[in-house]
Amino acid sequence: MLSLLLLLAACGSEQNDPYPRAERGQNILYSAFTERPKHLDPVQSYTEDEITFTAQVYEPPLQYHYLKRPYTLIPLTSDAVPTPRFYDAKGRQLPADAPTAAIAYSVYEIRIRPGIRYQPHPAFAIEAGGQPVYRDGEQLRDIEKLADFARTGSRELIADDYIYEIKRLAHPRLHSPIFSMMAERIVGLRQLGAALQDEARRMPAGGWLDLDRFPLAGVTRVDRYTYRIKLRGKYPQFVYWLAMPFFAPVPREVDRFYHQPGMAAKNLTLDWYPVGTGPFMLTQNNPNSRMVLERNPNFHGEAYPCHGEPEDRADGLLADCGQPLPFLDKAVFSREKESIPYWNKFLQGYYDASGISSDSFDQAVRLGVGGDMQLSEEMRGKGIRLLTSVRASIFYLGFNMLDPIVGGLAEQPTRLRQALSIAIDQEEFISIFMNGRGIAASSPLPPGIFGYLEGAAGSNPVVYDWVDGQARRKPLAAAKKLLAEAGWPNGRHASTGEPLVLSLDTTSGGMGDKSRLDWLTRQFAKLDIQLVVRSTDFNRFQEKVRKGAVQLYYLGWNADYPDPENFLFLLAGPEGKVAKGGENASNYANPEFDRLFEQMKNMESEGPRGVERLAIIRQALALLQHDAPWIYGFHPTSYTLSHVWLRNRKPTEVGHNTLKYQRIDVAERQRLRQEWNRPVLWPLAVVAALLVAVLLPAAIGYRRRERSTAR
Amino acid sequence: MLAYLVRRLLYALPILIGVNLITFALFFVVNTPDDMARMQLGVKRVTPEAISRWKAERGYDKPLFINDEAIGSAVFTDTIFFSKSARMFAGDFGRAEDGRDIAREIVSRMGPSLAIALPTFIVGLLVTVSFALLLTFFRASYLDFWGVVLCVAMMSISGLFYIIGGQYLVSKIWRLVPISGYGGGLDAWKFLLLPVLIGVLSGIGSSTRWYRTIFLEEISRDYVRTARAKGLSELTVLFRHVLRNALIPILTGVVVVIPLLFMGSLLTESFFGIPGLGSYTIDAINAQDFAVVRAMVFIGSVMYIVGLILTDLSYTFVDPRIRFN
Repeated sequence: MLSLLLLLAACGSEQNDPYPRAERGQNILYSAFTERPKHLDPVQSYTEDEITFTAQVYEPPLQYHYLKRPYTLIPLTSDAVPTPRFYDAKGRQLPADAPTAAIAYSVYEIRIRPGIRYQPHPAFAIEAGGQPVYRDGEQLRDIEKLADFARTGSRELIADDYIYEIKRLAHPRLHSPIFSMMAERIVGLRQLGAALQDEARRMPAGGWLDLDRFPLAGVTRVDRYTYRIKLRGKYPQFVYWLAMPFFAPVPREVDRFYHQPGMAAKNLTLDWYPVGTGPFMLTQNNPNSRMVLERNPNFHGEAYPCHGEPEDRADGLLADCGQPLPFLDKAVFSREKESIPYWNKFLQGYYDASGISSDSFDQAVRLGVGGDMQLSEEMRGKGIRLLTSVRASIFYLGFNMLDPIVGGLAEQPTRLRQALSIAIDQEEFISIFMNGRGIAASSPLPPGIFGYLEGAAGSNPVVYDWVDGQARRKPLAAAKKLLAEAGWPNGRHASTGEPLVLSLDTTSGGMGDKSRLDWLTRQFAKLDIQLVVRSTDFNRFQEKVRKGAVQLYYLGWNADYPDPENFLFLLAGPEGKVAKGGENASNYANPEFDRLFEQMKNMESEGPRGVERLAIIRQALALLQHDAPWIYGFHPTSYTLSHVWLRNRKPTEVGHNTLKYQRIDVAERQRLRQEWNRPVLWPLAVVAALLVAVLLPAAIGYRRRERSTAR
Repeated sequence: MLAYLVRRLLYALPILIGVNLITFALFFVVNTPDDMARMQLGVKRVTPEAISRWKAERGYDKPLFINDEAIGSAVFTDTIFFSKSARMFAGDFGRAEDGRDIAREIVSRMGPSLAIALPTFIVGLLVTVSFALLLTFFRASYLDFWGVVLCVAMMSISGLFYIIGGQYLVSKIWRLVPISGYGGGLDAWKFLLLPVLIGVLSGIGSSTRWYRTIFLEEISRDYVRTARAKGLSELTVLFRHVLRNALIPILTGVVVVIPLLFMGSLLTESFFGIPGLGSYTIDAINAQDFAVVRAMVFIGSVMYIVGLILTDLSYTFVDPRIRFN
């Protein structure tokens, strides 16, 4: 084994290169993924692990501008961002500023740009007569993977492909996570779901359900490149959904191709091998080891943006203005389950970018004199850059508003929740447990979302005083006063004297979590409140939350799209978890908030209506801050490190089709990799010497013993 | 011998049913079919209808063990336990919850698992047996004393420490091999060197001590004294006489693990990014994928039984006096 190592080392530098030698010097981006994606079918995939891949392959009609903030929708395959037309119940068209109550239907007409073509794929291979080459499963005998198909083809993207995908939302065997929600909106989708379910029951398992045989009343084809989607009522957030893979095109022949007999048994499914028009195509899918995206030779072309935020020019993000996309030939994603190998390979230059795990935080980042985060000397020496952005997420400690002690909108429980909001020092939590990677939340809305306010206007007046231009957490005395007003002076019931004991349900329980829970218990103890932590597994926790059998709980939410509606609906009465099975885990139901929410959610953020919307959001947030159904925890900040050779990388929290913008300076990477990865050989000599030092006396001893005479 | 083999295989059946039953019961004590559905469908925007559909589609809407509403044998057969277990005895492992064919996945992952486990096993066995014989030769000397001290020290260190320390020294500081990853074909060897080295090193302590004890017991026997009296060299005595006669206890511990080599190593595969069966099992447990967990436990049990039978068979080869009745 030692000689093998010596042999390896003798071959030159970069012996620790985990990639094939043939890939050296190629225009490839190297990245890693921790969790294996479960679904790559656009109708099912919803998590970040999945959309990292699907967003590069599938092209919905819209996308987010890569550089502009706040996040701005722009066309991707469509010729414009669609503006809805409104109709009343009798089908008469209404003006754009019609009152929401009068709007019975909204119609979005989307026109696709002609000439966009799909990636090469065997599903598109056709005979001279127009029949698909692979259609009856007979040719599958020698096929094990997609690359084994000898013939591929392509065709133009048409409106029917988008319609087919919208129908797939209702497919009973695909379990699209947004079906129920979209069935409330898209006219006819629920009926389609029922019809498909009936049909699926009659079909053999795995059979192909030809969706073209089933009409969808709310989605119509206008011409080859145009389709209309009819929604119930007004739903301005619908355009954001049009930027997600749920609304990407899926051609009927691709669906049929993957449903040929024997395909599923060979793991050849659309869920595994996506087919799209995007800049990349998935050519290798081994989520246990390596996933490879390669440039789609049929990509329709797109230019790098020329406008962004003011600081983008200084950051070099506009240097490639107008250049054709994508820049990369290939992107290789390797599975790294453990953070230590991931981090070390990044430092060796074998990953182009990396997050910072808590294990490596001190090595990567130092706290500056002014309290700001700076890269460590080691990182700066390697030319590594730090990219930070506040995530469009919130983590919070929720109260169950149905609970007799902490719940309800009456004065006393409200005071109790307010007191706890003050006592639990989120800034301290962020500093101790998150290495400062987050900002304390004043409301459900994170920065970058319409309605989020900076400064005094955005500060939560229940929890903070605004002093010298800064939010300062109210003193503990204020919390104690509130607690007394709540009927629990010094943590004891005003009349019975019983101590106040609250319980927290959490999925935490490991070694690392104990210190967090101890800290939280101490926060409650500041008000002489006893906290009982009930740790459980995630399934039981969810069940308890569903049944309302919790008092306090920890949860978080990542935005689907950058609109306040996507956060505030988490506290809307009709979304109550216990009553309706919705997303409002606190079961908060304040009619005034619900009224404001209903009003706000149907409004646009732009133009004069935007000002009005902002005013309503401020009222709604003030209500939430007063009622305190959550202790607004924090909005996490993501820290990404990128090597000097990786260009055009800008953190984004909602747009995921970002691979096409990134560029690699291959020569620089190669040079630095060689410099950083020269093998160190002397330890091998030391090990060899040690072995000799052990074996030589043994050999001498053996020889001596063999030659010694009997005594 | 054939009758013996048939009898052993028949004994295996109730064991496998029992293992399957226990796996099933333990899994469903912790996870309900609703939990499995939620895990597969995600936590955002999941409706009760979607959960019901998911369960019905996969047969998780049936009772676990007894179907009170069924008639005749269907009381037992129209249950989750029967429908999910019976096919496994015919070698049909079905599909993972993500739709992938489990048998195909197992076949594709067996290679990487064996690529680590087999060299680790063979090299480890050679090194530890040789080292144990060396210590036996120098018994009661300083070399033996320090050798045993070294073994005790090595067996006291956690396997995780070997992995992290090995990655740190060999891959990060000395930059000799990749820290993690896996490549097919000829590229594989540079990824395997370090995990194999670590696997061998981490096993030296305990195995060497065990073999040394066996050899020391053998070396005091009369036949050894006779062999020495014949004038044989000590090496010949150790390798040809002591080792051969000490094989039965060695085989008892060694042969049984040979079939289990297919199952891979949970920790090593996870840290070195090896896409083998060990990491497959861990992923399935984390994803609450009952189909895969059940299949892997079943295969593990089969392999263990096969290992025990092979161990029995191996006794007849090393000791011709042993006969099966």
